[in-house]
Amino acid sequence: MRKCALANKNALLAAMAKTAKLYVPTDGADEKSRDVNSRLAGAYYAEWKDGAELSKKLNTTRSPKDFFFPQTENMMTFKMTGKKLEIFDTRREHENFILFGVKACDVRSFTVLDNVFLTDPVDSYYANRRAHGTIVSMACTKPAGTCFCRTFGIDAADPEGDVVCWEDAEWIYLTAKTEKGEKLMAALADVTEECADDAADAVKTLVNERLDKLPLADLKSDAFGGGKTDTFFNDPAWNELSEACLGCGTCTFVCPTCQCYDIKDFNTGREVIRFRCWDSCMYSDFTMMAHGTNRPNHVQRFRQRFMHKLVYYPENNGGLFSCVGCGRCLSRCPISMNIVKVMKKLGGNKNAE
Amino acid sequence: MLSEFKMPKEALIPVIGEVTDIRIDTPDVKTFRVVTPDGKKAFDHMPGQCAMLSVPGVGEAMFSITSSPTNTEYMEFSIKKCGCVTDWLHQMEVGQQITIRGPYGNAFPVDTAFAGKDMLFIAGGIGLAPLRSVINYCRHYRDRYGKIDIVYGSRSRADLVDYNEILTEWMTDDGINVHLTIDREEEGWDGHVGFVPNYVKELGFSTDKTAILCGPPIMIKFTLAGLQELGFAKEQVYTTLELRMKCGIGKCGRCNVGSKYVCKDGPVFRCDEIDELPDEY
Amino acid sequence: MQTVTRDLLLTKAAELLDNGTVNRVYGWQKGEFDYDVTPALFTTKEELEKNFIYNDFCGANFSLYLVKEAVKEGKVLVFLKPCDTYSFNQLLTEHRFDREKVYAVGIPCDGMADIRLIEETVGEGITGVETDGDELVVHTLYEGDVKLSRADYLAERCRVCKSKKHVAYDELIGEDGDVIDSARFDEVAKIEAMTPDERFAFWQDQLSRCIRCNACRDVCPACTCEKCVFGNPKSGVENKAVSDSFEEKMFHIIRAFHVAGRCTDCGECSRVCPQHIPLHLLNRKFIKDINAFYGEYQAGETVGSRAPLVDYTEGDMEPGEAVESVGGGKDA
Repeated sequence: MRKCALANKNALLAAMAKTAKLYVPTDGADEKSRDVNSRLAGAYYAEWKDGAELSKKLNTTRSPKDFFFPQTENMMTFKMTGKKLEIFDTRREHENFILFGVKACDVRSFTVLDNVFLTDPVDSYYANRRAHGTIVSMACTKPAGTCFCRTFGIDAADPEGDVVCWEDAEWIYLTAKTEKGEKLMAALADVTEECADDAADAVKTLVNERLDKLPLADLKSDAFGGGKTDTFFNDPAWNELSEACLGCGTCTFVCPTCQCYDIKDFNTGREVIRFRCWDSCMYSDFTMMAHGTNRPNHVQRFRQRFMHKLVYYPENNGGLFSCVGCGRCLSRCPISMNIVKVMKKLGGNKNAE
Repeated sequence: MLSEFKMPKEALIPVIGEVTDIRIDTPDVKTFRVVTPDGKKAFDHMPGQCAMLSVPGVGEAMFSITSSPTNTEYMEFSIKKCGCVTDWLHQMEVGQQITIRGPYGNAFPVDTAFAGKDMLFIAGGIGLAPLRSVINYCRHYRDRYGKIDIVYGSRSRADLVDYNEILTEWMTDDGINVHLTIDREEEGWDGHVGFVPNYVKELGFSTDKTAILCGPPIMIKFTLAGLQELGFAKEQVYTTLELRMKCGIGKCGRCNVGSKYVCKDGPVFRCDEIDELPDEY
Repeated sequence: MQTVTRDLLLTKAAELLDNGTVNRVYGWQKGEFDYDVTPALFTTKEELEKNFIYNDFCGANFSLYLVKEAVKEGKVLVFLKPCDTYSFNQLLTEHRFDREKVYAVGIPCDGMADIRLIEETVGEGITGVETDGDELVVHTLYEGDVKLSRADYLAERCRVCKSKKHVAYDELIGEDGDVIDSARFDEVAKIEAMTPDERFAFWQDQLSRCIRCNACRDVCPACTCEKCVFGNPKSGVENKAVSDSFEEKMFHIIRAFHVAGRCTDCGECSRVCPQHIPLHLLNRKFIKDINAFYGEYQAGETVGSRAPLVDYTEGDMEPGEAVESVGGGKDA
C-alpha cells in the first residue's frame, strides 16, 4: 500500500492525468447557473483540470456506466447508391482513460454489465472502452441515507477496482488490485510513499461502523434470486406498487446496471448512421411490434424491470443481482417508488425486519 | 493505447446481402432470395434459426430463414408485409442490396429429438415460413425420419404460401401426407374447408408423432389444446415464439421473458418449456 | 409548517369513504424516510390509517392522475393544493377527465420543501426531516440534527408561489387564500438580460445534461396526449435518440411550445428532473411573453377559458411587433 498526503491530491491527480485522460467527479453547475437554477447542482464526471475542485458529494447523479455504455453511440455507417450498398466499420480503438473516485456500488455495476456485454458474442463497443479504462475506486467514508450496497454483498469499505483508495483526514491511501492498477501505481511512485498494508484499516473500520447504522442496513436480498419467478410474478402487490408510476425512464437511466438499448438509423442525407441508445423497459413502445406488444399494460412493464434485477438476471448470472444498492433511484424517482419499496413489499417480513 | 488490444469481431455489424429473386406468394407475402454480392450464401444455419435483415435508414428486423440448410447456394425469406421494414422490402426490386447478419437463435432439434420420429407439421398462414426450412430438411434426409404429415391452412387459397412447392414437390413425395385447408368455401377449391385446430382434431393423428406448430397465437393455442385432447403430451409439441428484437444476441433486453431471451434461447421452444415462462409472450 | 394536519385529512377521507361519496382516495403514502412520499390509492380506512401521510414533502400534483382515475368505477377523492387546482381546471378545459367522477377537496398549502436543496446544504446522510414551526429539523447520520429555516428550503415554485387561492373544489378545508403577486418572473428576467451568446451558453449547459428520460413530459398535466410525437417511431423524432448535441434541446423547446398557453406553471417538470434542469423557466418565459403581448392570462384560472394563443381578437399584436417587443430578442 502507498499513500499521498491529501494536501498533495492535486499532484496525485496530475500524475494520473499524465498517463491517460482522467475523469473525476465535479460539481455540475457553475455559480452563474446556480444563481438562476435555484441552487441545485448534482455531481458529474468531468475531465480533470489542474487545480479542479472535486465534488464533496458521495456519488455522481448519473452513474459512470456512460463511460463504457454511452447514452448514444454511433456503431457504423451506410452509403446507398441506387441498389448498391456500402457498409463502413467506424470503430476505432478508444483512447486510454482513468475514472477516479468510483464508489464500490458502481464498480460492481461494471461486473454486472460485463456479464452482459462481454459474454459471447462480445460487444466490441463496450469491450473497446472497457479495455482502455482504468478504475480508481474510493471507499465511502460517508455513505448516504439511501445506500444499501451491503444488501447485495458489496463492501463500501473495501471496493473492487484496478486501484482502490481510502481517505482519512490527512492521507489518501492507494493499493493496486489488478495488473492495470499496478501499471498506474508505478506511474504514481513519485507522488506517493510506501506505507503499511494495514494503514487504511482504521478507515475501513470507521466505514463499516457507519454502514451498520444506515437506515437500510437491514434490507435483505435473501427472498429473491434465480428460480423465484413463480414466487413473485403473480403477486397482486405489483398493481399497487406500479399505481402511480409515470412510466418515465428516470430510474432506468440513472441506474448503473440498466443496459437495455435500442438500435436506430439516422439518415443525414449523405449517409445513414446506425447508432444505439439507451432504452427503457418502462416505455410503452419498448416491446411494440407491428402487430402489438407482449406487455400492453403498465403493471407488466413495471414488474419486468424489478423481476429482471431481482430474479431473471441472478438466474442467468450465478446468483449475482443486477442491483448494486447505489440509491440513485431512491433519490431521483419522480414519485419516490423504488427497488427498496418493491423488495420490502414483495419480500414481506423477511426483508422488512 | 494498449498495444495488446485487438478489436473483437462485432456481431451487430452486418454484411451485404443482394436480393437475386423475388417471388410473389400471396397478396401480402413475398419470398426473397438473398446471397452475398459475390453470389454465395451469407452463412450456414440450422432449421428454425433466424437472421436480421435491414434496409439502412428504414430499420432492421428479425426474420426466420425459410430455406433449408441443405440449400448451399442461397437463403430465402418468406416475408409478410406488416410494418416499416417489411413494407420497404415488398417495394424493392431484384438486384437491391440490403444487410444481413446471423444466424440467430436455437434451431429445431432435427438431429436429436426429431431423429427417427414420425413428424407432424401444423402451420397457419405465414407460419409456414419457419416450418418450410425443417420440412425440406426432413425431405432431404428422408431416411432419418418416419412418416411426415403436414397440415397447412390459411384464410383462402390465395393466402397459401409456397403453394406450388407444396403441390409439385411435397404432395408428390412418398411417405408425406399434405392436408390443406382454407377458412371459407371458395370457387374452384375442392379441398378441406375449416380452421386448422378443428381439422387437426378431425384428422385424429396417432400420439406417437412429434408435432411442430407455427402460426398466429390464437391458432397455436387452440391447436395445442386439440392435440392434447388427442392425447399428445406438451413434451411432444414444439413451436416458435416471436417478440420484438433489436440485437439478436441476448443483450438489448427487448425479447426478455422470464430468464429467457427469445432471440438466443428461442425462437424454438417445446410447449412444456413455454409453460415455465411467465405469461408474457 | 402546514396548517392542515394529517389527522384532519384522514378524518375527511374516512368520512367521505363512509358516507359513500367516494370509493377510493388519491393520497400520499409514506415511504422509508419522511421525504420519499409516493402518490397512492387508498380504498379503506385501515389502509389510510396505516400508510397515509401529509407533510412538507407532498408536492406531487394529483391532477394528472385524474385522467386515468376518472375512467374507473365510482368517484375518487383527491386532495388538491391551490396550484394543483389550476391544472385541474386546465385538464377540464381540455376535456381530459369527467368532472363527475372526482370529488375534489381543496387544502391550503404553505409551500413544500425540496429535499434536493436540503441535501445540497447538509449532505446526503439524511435519515429523516421533520417540521417544527418555521424550522425543518433534519436528522442526519454525521451531523446530528440540523435545523434549517423552512422558508429557505421550499421548492423554487413555492418560494415564488403564484396563488394560495383554490380555483376549483367540491369542498374546502381551512381558509382560502389569495392570488399572489409573486416574483416568479425574476429568474426569467435574469435570462433575458443575458446576451444571446450567454443565453445560448446557459441553455446549452443546462440542456446538455438531459438524459431524455421523459420524466418532465410524463409528469406534466399539460402533456396528456395519448401518443406523444416523441414516442412515435414513424415521426422521425422519436424519444431516446440524441443524434447530435442539439437534438435534446429541440425536444424541450418543442415541448415548451406545445404547452405554451396551457402550462399553469405548476413546476412539476423541474421538480422531477433527475438532472436538475430548470425546465420551468422555458414555460415561464412563454407565460411572461403571453402576458406582455396579449394581457394577463393564467391558464386554468377558469374552466373553458380561451387561451390567447388559440383566440383571435382584433387588438392582438402583430407578430412583427412581438419580435421587437419585450424579451423578444432585442439584441439578437
